[in-house]
Order: sequence, then structure tokens, then C-alpha cells
Amino acid sequence: MPEQVQLTIDGRLVTVAAGTTVWEAARAAGIDIPVLCHQPRLRPVGVCRLCVVDVGARVLAASCVRACEEDMEVQTTSPRIERSRRVLLELLLADHPSPCARERTTGDCELEALARRYGLLDRRYEQGPTRPIDDSSRVIAVDHNACILCDRCIRACDEIQSNEVIGRVDRGGAARIAFDLDQPMGQSTCVSCGECAASCPTGALTNKPLARRTGESGLLPLVPRSQTTAVDSVCPYCGVGCALTYHVRDNRILWADGRDSPGNEGRLCVKGRYGWDYALHEQRLTRPLIRRAEFYPKGPLSRDVRGTPSPPTPLPPGERGERQKTPLPRSGGEGRNGIVDYAEVLPAFREASWDEALDRIASRLKAIKQAHGSAALAGFGSAKCSNEEAYLFQKLIRAALGTNNVDHCTRLCHASSVAALLEGIGSGSVTDVFGDARLADVILLTGSNTTANHPVAATFFKEATRCGTKLIVVDPRRPDIANFAAFYCRTNPGTDVAFYNAVMHVLVTEGLCNEDFIRDRTENFEALRDLVVDYSPERMAPVCGIDAETIRAVARTIGGARAMMTFWGMGISQHTHGTDNARCLIALCLLTGNVGQPGTGLHPLRGQNNVQGASDAGLIPMYYPDYQKVGDPAVRAKFEAAWGVPLDPAPGLTVVEIMAGALEGCIRGMFMMGENPFLSDPNINKVRKALSKLEFLAVQDIFLTETAEFADVVLPASSFLEKTGTYTNTDRRVQIGRNALVPPGEARLDWQVLCELSTRLGYPMDYTSPEEVFAEFASLTKSYAGLTYANLGTTGKLWPCPDPDHSEGTKVLFAERFPTPTGRGRFVPCAFQTAKELPDGDYPLVLNTGRLLEHWHTGTMTRRAQALDALQPGPFVEVHPDDLGRYGLADGATVTVRSRRGAIRLEARASRAVTPGSVFIPFHFREAAANVLTIDELDPYGKIPEFKFCAVRLEK
Amino acid sequence: MAVLSEEIKQKIRDHFPRYPNKQAVTLPALHLVHDTHRYVSLEAIREIAELLELSPAEVHDTMSFYHFFREKEENRLGRTRLWVCRGLACMLRGGEELLTDLGKKLDTVPGSRTKDDKISLEFAECIGACEGAPCVLINDEYRLDVTPDKQDGLIAELRQ
Repeated sequence: MPEQVQLTIDGRLVTVAAGTTVWEAARAAGIDIPVLCHQPRLRPVGVCRLCVVDVGARVLAASCVRACEEDMEVQTTSPRIERSRRVLLELLLADHPSPCARERTTGDCELEALARRYGLLDRRYEQGPTRPIDDSSRVIAVDHNACILCDRCIRACDEIQSNEVIGRVDRGGAARIAFDLDQPMGQSTCVSCGECAASCPTGALTNKPLARRTGESGLLPLVPRSQTTAVDSVCPYCGVGCALTYHVRDNRILWADGRDSPGNEGRLCVKGRYGWDYALHEQRLTRPLIRRAEFYPKGPLSRDVRGTPSPPTPLPPGERGERQKTPLPRSGGEGRNGIVDYAEVLPAFREASWDEALDRIASRLKAIKQAHGSAALAGFGSAKCSNEEAYLFQKLIRAALGTNNVDHCTRLCHASSVAALLEGIGSGSVTDVFGDARLADVILLTGSNTTANHPVAATFFKEATRCGTKLIVVDPRRPDIANFAAFYCRTNPGTDVAFYNAVMHVLVTEGLCNEDFIRDRTENFEALRDLVVDYSPERMAPVCGIDAETIRAVARTIGGARAMMTFWGMGISQHTHGTDNARCLIALCLLTGNVGQPGTGLHPLRGQNNVQGASDAGLIPMYYPDYQKVGDPAVRAKFEAAWGVPLDPAPGLTVVEIMAGALEGCIRGMFMMGENPFLSDPNINKVRKALSKLEFLAVQDIFLTETAEFADVVLPASSFLEKTGTYTNTDRRVQIGRNALVPPGEARLDWQVLCELSTRLGYPMDYTSPEEVFAEFASLTKSYAGLTYANLGTTGKLWPCPDPDHSEGTKVLFAERFPTPTGRGRFVPCAFQTAKELPDGDYPLVLNTGRLLEHWHTGTMTRRAQALDALQPGPFVEVHPDDLGRYGLADGATVTVRSRRGAIRLEARASRAVTPGSVFIPFHFREAAANVLTIDELDPYGKIPEFKFCAVRLEK
Repeated sequence: MAVLSEEIKQKIRDHFPRYPNKQAVTLPALHLVHDTHRYVSLEAIREIAELLELSPAEVHDTMSFYHFFREKEENRLGRTRLWVCRGLACMLRGGEELLTDLGKKLDTVPGSRTKDDKISLEFAECIGACEGAPCVLINDEYRLDVTPDKQDGLIAELRQ
């Protein structure tokens, strides 16, 4: 087959690659052929026949599916062609409710646009019978009358998102699209990603309005695109960092569209597409707040945060004073279950001016520093904030307060992964990009509920499996993506090391290792070999719960893979042996040579939108920006010179250590920006005591969070949607998030607040823009060197990017050497250890905690996003039906889940995702906070708590 | 609460080697279930989809295209499905009258089944046996020249 073909289109000679369709060739030549069923990102099906062209054959050909041929002569328009198109349009319009929902909202119905173009304003054909309207989805309006059966939504659902919810029913005139087995959309398995509505050419599937004016209940209608300002930004939620466009009018976002970028290729999930209205919520803080004198000594203010028994229930001896929670009655007005009732907490504060609030923070922190030294102070930044904010925050803590006690929530998600990666391959970042899943022939996905927590990355994995990539899923709780897996291994909770050591045992004993790679690129192989020899699949099968044959089959699949990518989530990292878990994955990849080439690599899927960036920017107690060691005198000298102050040589404390320090009294003053440790840290009853004990706490946030109830001063921050800054996604893609809205009231931009506060602390910061902050940060790093707002553009760059003017950056790291002292990757053998708190007679169940698709972490944002909140309104515990039976509980019954640290009451839901003997609770819900139960034991290397394993029991 | 017996599932699996992919077994699987259960419930569709590694929507998509299949239990088929041809040749030789008479004698209408669940009456648009008009199909077997005198015998046979 020739590589190129030459043909004429409307008399023009064009040359295209073989296989190009006539429609694509014409488009590339600037010739527009009308089409309804085709979109460039979908597989063409040729059903609407509007794109017909004359190729000199007996009948007209659909150009979207017809491949170009050598010497073909194509006419894209002629009286015959136009007559055909016109009749087809008239037939479609006969049933079309003009103006349809799309034309009435965003004003871009493609059928009605073609009708105008062809002057088809009068109906020639009789209208057919009326079809149903389906209003059941919270976010998408379905009007079957406007559907032209073009199949775009079906392909978007099947091929782009791989959700396979939409199909057709019936035939002929009665045919229509249907969800699952012809259920209403809202009751189907639809995950509300909105890809169908984004693909629909007419008003059949359209976005429902979500924006409100503050304090009003009516929704603002969507308006034609021409009447909105399109702001190119990125999604504020997960580490995938999807590029999107907000459509803004009158300081309100009306809707969001996915934007084409090498990362997400225009795809979004429910949070990104429908979860931005939190910024318009009436509970936004608009003025600084200072705690009133009568609310000292400090303590929690709202009932959920106090956790006092209500109504009082007798507690077993020895557990008096522990949290005992019953569902709260719905309070009046806007206050309700799920978010704080401001009537309960605001009376404790008075409004203050920015000057007074900032002076108060500065003077109190300075006083503590003078009396007790810098080590008595600490700061929590946030991976939700930008690189610029993270950089300024750590600079403030280090340079102005003089301590390295600065950390953030990455400690709670991937600290162990980073520790293992730094030790094993010399760099804590990912070595590949998730989109390269297409190039892998095996994907190992472990400890990750990807479709819920990185939904858009999951679409690439699912897509890869359809093209022949074998997916291996290892997880004690069955994630939905296991439906796409060649192997789903349901390991026993906390036995990852046993499982992977057994897999490596097979690789080593059956000669399936990449010996060249081991010889040329690694060290310490012998130690690993000597350890895994004792971990035969037969010995490990009863430990990890996977039979020996399956372990061998998985190992042979990995060993036989040309290229394997490894992705993992919190299921690996959030254990007291989290670092060991990650070490095993690193060893597995080194053993098989699966690092450093396209389609291979180690990829801890980053949680927050800016986990990578916040860590890069130095929000870590032992590292300055770009992982430059605090303890290294040369490095310290470099930063002392750059920042013009002496710096503390001692590495600081980590998140959970700082909380423990607060409880012990050695941490006395804290500043927190955008973090909510009350809900996100383990063992809430201990966190409550620690926060209450702090002499001084300043919180900078967009809402009065659970943590802010313990604050002396609360500063009204700006939301993601109101500020400009850079965010680094899980792939290391540095992208610019642009402000779409103006902050409400007196709320200020976070970088300006940090500069103001630092100046008042005696360390002046003077920047004119986030761009200037970025330039300073980039200049102190190797990874970000050369990057500027100008060259980041609309789709960003992958760091490192040595040639930003001509390159997108580095997709695959470590092709030739690892950034370790020897340049080699290091095997770190790990013996299997059990979790810290094993189930026993009193607490016989294993608790696993995690997240849901619709919510984000402590729910501060998502529980104030109407659609997300409506889709997942409340807390629940997933229990296996056998366990429900054993405890005599009905599906849907309210139960108490109790651990040695506390108890919560919530709904029990039957689920086969968990095994008998284990339960799962999402941690988003303040009214039944999962972290009341979790254990604050730490991994010794990453200092990450064991969120994924503690012992609990169920009570009626 | 599986609705498909292991026996049917095995019969469906037995079809896999005959086709290039599992999706191609959609119609044979639907027929197998339809023949046995006399309708294909939504739960059965889910189980078929699981066996064929398809989404339930895809199986339902195919099934709903063919009005041959019954989806609801209340609309399920009787033990025997009796198709009466009303194509041109049959019509000219009394096919319409045959359909009317059978409907009266069975106390049912085309598309429904008798109260004893034994016979479902259907009309067909030419079953390709014009040489034996008027003709019927008993499930998928021909019966030719069903003249009025043969009606009672036919019914008695099907009621056995």
C-alpha cells in the first residue's frame, strides 16, 4: 500500500497519507463538508449521509468513511449533492423541536445551523409522533424529540469514556437512544461525565444549568456561547489536571467544556464538568474573622466537630467521652446535613479588617517565636494551591518564621511512594505520562480506584484494554475498572509485599527478568534475589489470598511484556508499610526493565491537582524547592543567598508529627492555608485535642472549615476559580490555571495575603504578579528552569523541559541513567510485615477508607457543588451482604462503626466490592467522619498514616 | 440470583468457538434463552452480556431491534409458537380466515397466548411455503395446506 495518495477535491490537487478519509482531506484543504454524525475525535460511522460527495461512482459516497484513493476526483458540491443534503435535512427537521434545547441554551444546534444555511425554515414534511423527555439526570437534560440518531453520544460513551451506558432500542421510526436497559438516565449506571452532552449536535443531550446568584435559588440559564467569555483553565480537582474552558458571564460560570490538550484530549469527568459552582456558594468567607474573647479556651464549635453524644447514649466503660454520633436532624433554612451550619459557628467570630487580622497573626506568631523559638511554629500549605502559592508559603515559613516545620497533604497520600522512589531511582516524580498507556502491552494498576479518583486517566487505561493491552488489577476492594482487567487479583488487605515478592520470586526463578537491564542499570539485585527466594507463590498464596497458579500467570504476563506501565494509588501508599509496598513495585519494574522507555514506567497517580507542584515547590519539611535537601549545607547556602536570611539547618516535622507536637505542646502556633486536617488526618479525636491545644491558629480558606473552628483568626481566601497560577499534574505537566471569577467581598488572592503577612512578620515580600513568583521559583530549580508563563501557553509543558520553545517537555524520564549517586536504580528488598492493628475478637473487621467519584477529600468544595452533592448526598459504609446477614443488619440500616479510637453512625450498604470481613467508608463526610476511626500509626520512612487498615466492629 | 441456568450458560459458551468473537454469539444466546424461558428478562440480558463481555446496553440494543423477542414476563410465549402466514398466496387461499378462526377457537389474539400457556398465536408475513398455502409454522416447522377441516386437529395436537 502506498504511503501517500494524490487526488483532486473540487479541482484542487491534494496529497494525503493513505487511509485518510475524503472528509479529513477536504477539511485539511480548507473545504468544508457539512456533517452531523461525525466528529474528528470519534470513529466515523457514516450514518447521517450529509457529508456525501461525488466520487464519480453510481451513488454518492459518505466522505467521513470513504478513504481517499489515488487519482480520485471528488466533487464536494453539485446540484445533485445539495439536493440530497437538503432532503435529508428536511426529513430530520420535520421531527426537530425548533428551537431545540441546545439552540435555546448555548445556541449551537448543528442541525438548526445547517437549516439556516440551507434556508430550510418552513416544514415540508409532517411532524412524527412526539417522543419522551427524560429529566431524571441531575446534570443532563434528555429530549428524544431532538435526537437524530447520529450515534455520537453512543460512541462518546463507549469509545472516549469507555462507560458503555448508551445504546439504542427498537428500530425504524421508534428507534431511540437508551441508557443501559432502557432506564431513565438518572437511574442508569451513567457516571455523569457529560461526554455525551458534549458530543451531541442537537438538543437531545444538553447540560442543565447549575449556576446561581448568591442567595437566590433560581438557576441562571445557559446563554449562547457568543455572549460568554471563554476562560481557558484547568480543572481544580485531581492530579490528572484536565484542560478545560469555563464559560463566564457576569462573574458567574455558566458551564465548562473539556479542552483539547495532550493530557486529557478534551475529556472531563463529573467533577470537572459539573463541580465548579462551589465558588458561588453563599457560605464563602468574605471578610477576615477574629475569634471573640468569650470563645476561649478554644474548642470545636459545631455539633459535628464537637462530636458530643447527641442524644446521649450510654457508652461502654472506658470509652466515655468518645465520639458517639447520630444523624443530625435537618436544621432550618439553608443549613442542613453535610455542611456546617454557620448559625452554629459564626457567633464565635467577629468580622475584622484585613489590617487588624494580619497584624494579629503576625504579632502572635512573632510572640510565640520569641518566647519558644521557631521550632514551636509550623505551617500547613495545600496541594490545592498553585505552585506560586506553595512556593511563597514555604518561603514564609522558612524565611519569615525560621522553621522547616512546613508540610501539606501530600504527606497523607504519596509520601511513602516518594520516599521509595527517591531511594530507588533518585527522583520522587513519575517517570512517564498516563496517556502512554496506549503504548504499553501490560498495565499494572494497584491500590487505585481509578474510575473514581482519576476518572479521565482511567479512560485511557480502559481504551488501551480495548486495543489489546492487558490490564492487571491488584486491589482488596474490587474497583470498577477490574471489569476491564485480564487479571483481577483480590489480595487480602495489607498483603501487597507478600504478593509482589511472590510475583518477583516467579520472575527470578523462571528466568523472566531483564538481565541486561539488571546488569547495566541497577544495583543490589543479589539482595533482592536472596529475599524473594523465600517467597514462593505456594507459600504466599495463603497470606495474600491469591492462588499460586494465578500469581504465576500474573508474573509470566509481566515477564513476557514488551512494555509494562505501573500505576498505583493510596492503596499502596497509605500503610505503615507503604514505602515497602512502593519499593516492591519499583523492584518489579527494575527487574523487568520497565522504566525509561515509552510504554513503561512508574507512576504513582497523584491525588490533588497540584500534589506534584506543591512538593516541587518545597512544601516538604526536609526539602527546599525541587527536592534540594534542607540538611545539605551547600544547598542551604544557596537558599540563604537567594532569600537573604539565615535558614534553619534542621529538617522539620511532618503533618502527623506536627499534630502530635501540638498535642504535646511543643508546637504552639500554626498557619494553615487551604488544609483541613480535622477531617483529613487520622484519629480525629486526637486531632481535635491537638487543634484545641494550639496557642494560636490562623486559617486561610474559602469556607469556615471544620479546622477553622479552632482558629484564632480566619482569612477569606480566593478559590481556584478566582486566581491565576500554575499547577503541575500527575504527569509533571505544568499548566496555567486562569482566573474566571472575581473573589467575593473582601476575599483576597492567596499570594497577596502571603506577601502581606510575610512583610508584617518582618520579612518583606514584594511581587507584582504570580508570574514573577513563578520566575523566582523556576530560577531556583533544575526541573522548572526555562519555563515561563509565555512558553507554558494554553496546554502547558512537561518538566523537565530543556527546550521550551520547541518541545512539549520530557514524557519519559531516565532513558539512560537514574539520578542516583551511582546512576543506577537500587533494589530494596522488603520482608512482609502485617498492618499495625489486626482484626481480633473485639474488632473483627478491617476498615478501608477512600474516596467517591463525586466528592473531593473533606468535601469542602464538592459538598457545596449542587450536582455533586445531589449525586452523593451522604455517608455510608460498604459491607458485604454476608456480613450484613451475620450482624442481622438490613441493607440501608443505620449502624455504628466503632474502632478503638471512636465511633460513627451511618448507613450500611450491601456491596460485593468489599470481601466478607472488610468494610469501606468514604472519608468526605463530616457528619460521619471516617477518620474518627482510623489509626495514626505511621510508615517509618514516608511518615504516612495507615488510612487503609484498622480494626473495627459493627453495632446496631 | 442468577436467572440463567448453568446448562444454558454452557450452551452459550459452546457457541464461542464457532465465531470470530463473543459478540457474534449475541443472537444465538438470545435465541437459546428465549426458547427456554419464553422471554428474555432484563436480568437475563445482563447475564448474557456478562458471558459475552459486552455491556448490557449492547445486547439490549440488538434484541430490541428484533420484535421476535419478548422482553416482559407478562408477555412471554406459550409452549408452542404458532405462526399463521398471511402473505399473498396464503391470503388468497384462506390464510386470513385461518388466523381469525384460530384466534376464536383458542380464545386469544395474534401476539398473545392461550390461558393454559400452551399456544402463542402470531401472524407472519410469508413464511416461504406458498406451494402449501395456507400454511403455518409450529415453532420452526412447516405445516402445509391447513384447510378449515384441519384446524381442530391442529389445535388438539398443540394442546397435548
